[in-house]
Order: sequence, then C-alpha cells, then structure tokens
Amino acid sequence: MTVSELPITAAARHDFAELASRPVLKRKRPGQLIAMVVVGLFALMGAYVIVTNPGFGWPTVAKYLFDIRILSGLLTTMELTAIAMVLGLVIGLVIAVMRMSDNALLRGVAGAYIWFFRGTPLMVQMLFWGFAAVLFPTIGIGIPGGPMLVEWNTNDVLPLFVAGILGLGLNEGAYMAEIVRAGLMGVPAGQSEASHAMGFSRMETLRHVVIPQAMKIILPPVGNETISMLKTTSLVIVIGVGDLLYNAQQIYARNLQQIPLLIVASLWYILLTTILSLVQARIEKRYSRGNTIQARKA
Amino acid sequence: MSEVQFLNVHKDFSGMEVLKGINFTVESGQVVCLIGPSGSGKSTLLRCVNHLETTSSGTILVGGRMIGYEVHGDRLIEAQQKDINKRRSRIGMVFQSFNLFGHMTALENVMMGPVKLLKVPKAQAEAEARELLTKVGLADRTGHYPAQLSGGQQQRVAIARALSMKPDLMLFDEPTSALDPELVGEVLDVMKALARDGMTMIVVTHEMGFAREVADVVAFMDGGVIVEAGDPNEIISGPQHERTKAFLSKVL
Repeated sequence: MTVSELPITAAARHDFAELASRPVLKRKRPGQLIAMVVVGLFALMGAYVIVTNPGFGWPTVAKYLFDIRILSGLLTTMELTAIAMVLGLVIGLVIAVMRMSDNALLRGVAGAYIWFFRGTPLMVQMLFWGFAAVLFPTIGIGIPGGPMLVEWNTNDVLPLFVAGILGLGLNEGAYMAEIVRAGLMGVPAGQSEASHAMGFSRMETLRHVVIPQAMKIILPPVGNETISMLKTTSLVIVIGVGDLLYNAQQIYARNLQQIPLLIVASLWYILLTTILSLVQARIEKRYSRGNTIQARKA
Repeated sequence: MSEVQFLNVHKDFSGMEVLKGINFTVESGQVVCLIGPSGSGKSTLLRCVNHLETTSSGTILVGGRMIGYEVHGDRLIEAQQKDINKRRSRIGMVFQSFNLFGHMTALENVMMGPVKLLKVPKAQAEAEARELLTKVGLADRTGHYPAQLSGGQQQRVAIARALSMKPDLMLFDEPTSALDPELVGEVLDVMKALARDGMTMIVVTHEMGFAREVADVVAFMDGGVIVEAGDPNEIISGPQHERTKAFLSKVL
C-alpha cells in the first residue's frame, strides 16, 4: 500500500493552517497540583506547630536574642571562624604546593599531614589540643636531648581559645590542601609552559598565571568550607571555649530553657551563613573573569 | 646574533631515545621549517631550544651561548633557573594550543611580559601592545578575553605576546594545526610578514605550501634524526631519501 492510499484519519481533517495561527495551550499536570497541595499542607502544619507549641518559648527567644552573653559568644564564634579559615588556607596552600613537589620527602610529609588530620575525628583533635598541657607541660626552644634555651608553661601560652584555633585550623588545612591542589591542577599545563617560555620563574608563574585561574575552581569549595567552619566552631565547647553555643548552654544550664536558647543560637548561625553565602556569590563573580560562560553572555 | 646551533643533541624519555644526535645550524635571519611524521622528534627538538625540555647529551647554542646548561669541569650541568629565565625571555614561542592566559584580555596578555619582566612603564607597554595587536590585525579585539576570540585570532594574539618581549628568535610549534582550515591563512600571513622583517624563525609545521614559499631551509626529521635538509623546493619537489619520499607522498 502506498502513502496516497492510506485512509484519511481524523487528524488529517483539521485545518492546520488555521491552528497554526493560534498560540499553543499549556497542558495541565494534575500530579504536580496534588504534590503542591500535600507539600503546602505539611508546611502549614509545621508553621502552626512552631507558632502554637509553647515549648518553643518564643518570648524567651526574644528575651535572649540580644543578650550580652549571646552577643559575646557570637563574636567569639566569628573570630574562631575567621582565624581558623585563614590558618587553614595558609596551611592548605603550603601543603598543596609540597604535595605537588618533585621532592619525594616533601610530597611524603604533605601526604602524611593530610592522612593524619583527615583520618582522625575533629572532636578528638580538639580534645587533644585542650589537653596538650598533659602531653607537653612546658614548651620552649632548645636543643633536642639537650638544655632548653627558653621555656614556657603550656597552659600560659596555649589558652583554650588558641587550642580551639589550632584544632580547627590544622584540620581545615588538610581539607584545604586538597581543594587548592585540585584548583592548581585544574589550570592546563600549557598555561605554565607559556609563562615559563616567556621567562617567568616558577613563583611568578604561580602568582600571575596559575593562582588567578585556579581561584575560580577553588573559591566555591572554599565558600562551602567557610560556611561549614562557622558551624563546626561549635565543637570548641568540648574544651570549654566560650563561643555562641557554649554561652547559650551556660544560660540554659541555669534557667532550663533549653529549646528557646538553642533556637537563639540557631538563628544567629543561620543569619551568618546567609550573609556568608551572599559574600561568596559576590567574590565568585569577581574571579570568573574571562571564563567561557561570561564570554558567551557578552 | 641569533644563530642557533644544534651540536650532537640527544634526548631520551625514560629509555626511549627520541633525539639521536642532531647536528644542524640555523643562520641568523633564516626561516627553517621542520617537517616530518608525528613522533619524529621535531616538537621535542624545538622545545629543547628554550629548555622546555632537557637534553640528555649534546648542546644547543643560541647566539653562540648555551641555554639551560653551563660548563662544570669537563661536563655540562643544568644552569640556574634565573639564568634560564633570562635566556628564555629573548626567545619567543608560539604553541599549537595558543596557551593565552585565560584570565587576561588580549591587550593584557601582550602587556604582561614587558610590564612584569622588562619593567616597562604601563602606559608605554600598553601603547606597544596596541601597536603589536594592530600589526597582527586585531586592533579592534584588544579588550576581548581569549574565550571570546576565534582560534586564528587567539593564535595571532599569541604571536603578538611573543613579539612583545622583542625576541631575537621565534619558535613555532605547529602553530596552525589546531585551527579550522579557513583560519590557517590569517596566521600564516602574520608569520610571512614576520619572516619578511628578517626574524629568525624555527617552525614545526605540516603546511608544505608555507614551507615552500617562506622557508630558507626545510629539514625533514624521522626517527629522531634529520634525514635531509636543504632548499625547500629541492626537498619538497625532489626528495633524495626514501623516508622523505614516503612522507611527502602522504602529505602533498
């Protein structure tokens, strides 16, 4: 049977020229509507419980939200985050460059660093720094096996805040090293080669050519790490550093208003992570110079 | 003086000998095209000239001086990095894959060397960079990033970038191999102009038309040796060696 002999179907009787002149209708999707109703109901129920359950203690939340102890804990949390991240970044850069070195010893030491700090729980590392005075009652500079030249009492030079910074920063350095390494390796070898061929040294090449281009690979995970760090700082409570969570705990240990005070802490954490996310988006935009997506838009 | 002398240059990559004793001289102002099948060692030889590759033995003199090595007793030893960098800055190199710095505009790519290495004042470097970009026909693309340029345009920026260091010698490593066929001509035109200006050039290429028209000498490489070298017309039209004949019959 040839095409011309096919029976005329219902569709073939439509006036397609006429239909083609009108806009297309959007097909209704009933499944989506049902899902919307179900999810909407759950959200309403959640909101209702949060507002009406007296256990949440909203008046108490309001009372403590700007309490001086909460605000000073907040400041400590921000300081811990900032200093630990800077320490982590510096260590990460050094370890990453060591890990990519030609020298087997440097590579090995960097590998061992990452292996150790990623392989043990951060909580344990934190406790270790808190108890460092047990392991090394005094620290100082001297000749190994010989006399000490200068010596300090560990508890004097290593206050809990510093122990907290070390715990967070040294651990962060191990993760950051891998992020930095991925960024450096993400820049094609031809970029360094072109730079060397022009007469730039290795350091100049790293600084002017490789790092600026690695930044756009490194920044998104660094942003994530910073946001993660803000919350991870709460682990310092195990060694008794007075951060946001620790101070909230101190308050509810007396007034027994656990839930409202945990909400107070959570509200501050979520506000800070929101601000950090916005900052992250801005910085990423700045370092996306010359990438293909931007180029296509232009 | 920018004469390049290859003296018994050997190179092995972990036991695999890729250069088996190259003896060859490129006179100052000459354009030499290196041709040959892939794996013949021509790119490796080119990369040894500015020490992007080390040599196993033998040496290369540029303007009568070694690059990458110095004499240590009765042996050669790798030179200090800062001496190598200094010698490299006098040799321009153009790569198959352009390798423009992706985070810089065309203008910034061309200004970078003079500003950071030669300490030329920014305003002067910019004026010179604009002049070079005009010379390669890209006066209207100075503010574009590499990703916004075609392959041919990128390669012309790369040539301008190499020229910005006022080199004595230019090395081209298959400069048109990554280009769409209709873009090859614009890059070759820039290279021809450069050759007319008297630049000493060593060009690894598969463009036989270019070699015949522009080169003073064509050298055919195969299996890590220069099989024959001489006048482009004689080599391309009347090769003496079987291997040269076999290669040319495939590419012409």
